[in-house]
Amino acid sequence: MIYTKDLSKTYNGTTVLNIEDLNIPKGQSFGLVGNNGAGKTTYFSLLLDLIKPTTGNITNNSVVVDKSEDWKPFTSSFIDESFLIGYLTPEEYFYFIGDLRGQNKADVDALTSKFEDFFNGEIIGKKKYLRDLSKGNQKKAGIVAALIGNPEVIILDEPFANLDPTTQIRLKQILKNLAEKQGVTVLVSSHDLMHVTDVCERIVVLEKGDVIKDLETNPTTLKELEAHFSGSMSASQEEE
Amino acid sequence: MIKHFLNLEWKQYFRSSYWQKNMAMNILLVFFALYFVVIFLALGFGLLPILKKVYPEQDPFVVANGFIFFWIIGDLMMRFFLQKLPVMSVKPLLTLPIKRSIVVNFVLGKSALSFFNFLPLFAIIPFSIMLIGNGYETSMVLTWMFTMIIIILIINFLNFIIEAFSAETELSFLPLIVVIGTLYGLDYFGIVSMTTLIGDALIGIANNPIFILIPLAFLATCYSFNFKLLKDKLFLDSSLKSKVTEVKAADLSWTKRFGDIAPFMQLDLKLIWRNKRTKSSVFIMIIGLLYGLFFYPQPLYREMVWMFPFIGIFVTGIFLINFGQFIPAWDSAYYKLLMSQNIKYEQYLRSKFILMTISVVIMFVLSIPYVYFGWKILLAHFAAAIYNIGVNSHVILYGGSFNRKKIDLSQRAAFNYQGTGAVQWIIGLPLMLLPMLIFAIVNWLIGFEAGIATLIILGVLGVVFHKKLMRMITKRYLDSKYKMIDAFSQDN
Repeated sequence: MIYTKDLSKTYNGTTVLNIEDLNIPKGQSFGLVGNNGAGKTTYFSLLLDLIKPTTGNITNNSVVVDKSEDWKPFTSSFIDESFLIGYLTPEEYFYFIGDLRGQNKADVDALTSKFEDFFNGEIIGKKKYLRDLSKGNQKKAGIVAALIGNPEVIILDEPFANLDPTTQIRLKQILKNLAEKQGVTVLVSSHDLMHVTDVCERIVVLEKGDVIKDLETNPTTLKELEAHFSGSMSASQEEE
Repeated sequence: MIKHFLNLEWKQYFRSSYWQKNMAMNILLVFFALYFVVIFLALGFGLLPILKKVYPEQDPFVVANGFIFFWIIGDLMMRFFLQKLPVMSVKPLLTLPIKRSIVVNFVLGKSALSFFNFLPLFAIIPFSIMLIGNGYETSMVLTWMFTMIIIILIINFLNFIIEAFSAETELSFLPLIVVIGTLYGLDYFGIVSMTTLIGDALIGIANNPIFILIPLAFLATCYSFNFKLLKDKLFLDSSLKSKVTEVKAADLSWTKRFGDIAPFMQLDLKLIWRNKRTKSSVFIMIIGLLYGLFFYPQPLYREMVWMFPFIGIFVTGIFLINFGQFIPAWDSAYYKLLMSQNIKYEQYLRSKFILMTISVVIMFVLSIPYVYFGWKILLAHFAAAIYNIGVNSHVILYGGSFNRKKIDLSQRAAFNYQGTGAVQWIIGLPLMLLPMLIFAIVNWLIGFEAGIATLIILGVLGVVFHKKLMRMITKRYLDSKYKMIDAFSQDN
């Protein structure tokens, strides 16, 4: 589904991302972990054609993303709050996204009604602008908006950050469902190793722009990841 | 502490992407500043001989003081639209061990160093020198000079108080109009003769320097009022505790008739109506509509046929210029979303185009009553409207692709009242001057009808090639896509 070839991104001589070959098959739930500056958001931005690759390219469902815009109809994403339109209410925002993705009001209502639990009564029908919502509630609205229009690829950057524990658990359930039952390719990044191992079938560890681990999730994955990150911590202490 | 602030200011200015990418604009601003300095210098040196010639039997010093009232009014109006309180991002400073009063004093002190305060000095100082040279008493002239400086500072701080009130309320220009209107009305209807009052007061102070304490006290009051206003704002909760406004949703289903661009039209209309910054451009439309009344009632201007298209472009295109020049920066806050969504750039731009076209048509219809001043004016406005739709709208959309400055619609920056500066008006000038020039040349060479026809033909050409032009503009936007995303995600 998503094939990355010889991709690199360089800012003023510093390479922040360098992926030689990465293939994400359809319906996989894919997790990206790494410390700050590892290149997670850079990879997602490249995938959404928000920045230009220095070399190589990403092919999304056989569309080269920086050459054609045809990947947009089946790809949706929520990277950060700048994906929200502050002066709209959540409903208006959902309808707007729905309009862009060819869904009428009824379709959108049907979808959002499934997330009443997830919204916890704080999003729909409150007559509040998105800019007036708390960070956590903004995130909920953004994530659900990314699910509108039956996308085949969903990209979420740090979806668990800022959410309360109840919502985190519900979100994990939603993401698992998407990949397992509906065959959606889900890409998430996170700093929370436990959540990613719960949700993702496959986890890739980035470090300073390079893929250094590519794991199929199994019961020992969490241990392995924890060992890796505490190891890299002690390694960096030795360097100092 | 002040040293740190100055350092921060310096870095903020020179490290902002706007400054680095807009050298041309900066040069233009400097050019305009120099131009005004020269004008004011000429005024300063020339005023005394001119007054002597025009009012030979009166004391020129007294006559000059009589005009001060109008200068105060004019200055206040100019500043309201052009000057804004210097912005300083205070949020990071609040948790540091800095006294709030120091921050406020710094911001206010910085505003006193504005160009608008120095400009009048270029007239006042030469005028004072000329006065002394003409045998006026040195001590008296010096007192007068200091009084004028105090008055400049009073205007400076008074303006911020007015701006604060117009930002607080939804009234927009009303506070300014009330203040100016009251002052002018008192004078005009002879209830209190403000011109002689202020003139006499100035002469009184010049003769008895002790009275300078009165304007000083007034200045101190204005300053402390500003101080209080700002200090109250300097708490996080005033920006965090957002005034949760209940949403009044309007029915926008009528936009559906525009087909695939309907979602964008709805978004744009909500954008305009739900943000202070954009809302004021609607109010500016009213001012723009009345702009013609400055000129047409006076026979002097009615003779200047070549001016008509200029006024026509302004009247019918005020929204186009005001709103259009910030495309696509209005959407800068969520530009990444638009770029990753399933949209066609062309639809997005066409929605803006149609919005501007509608505004031009509405403004033209509203400006029809100007026919009272002559059918030529109506004709010129019609030609200007067509030119606006066909040429200026495309030009401004094209220009938008060079836009690299983010607009913060929510105005979280604590002191940002208006966010519109002198730059905005300068960009608009070529849009108005070029058609005026074209018309003036044809009018001069051939005649009025030919000039009007030229403008209409240019406009119609633009409409005919609309599709082609839009494709070109869209391509230009696509080419600068990455740069725009990058610039819009930066804070300054």
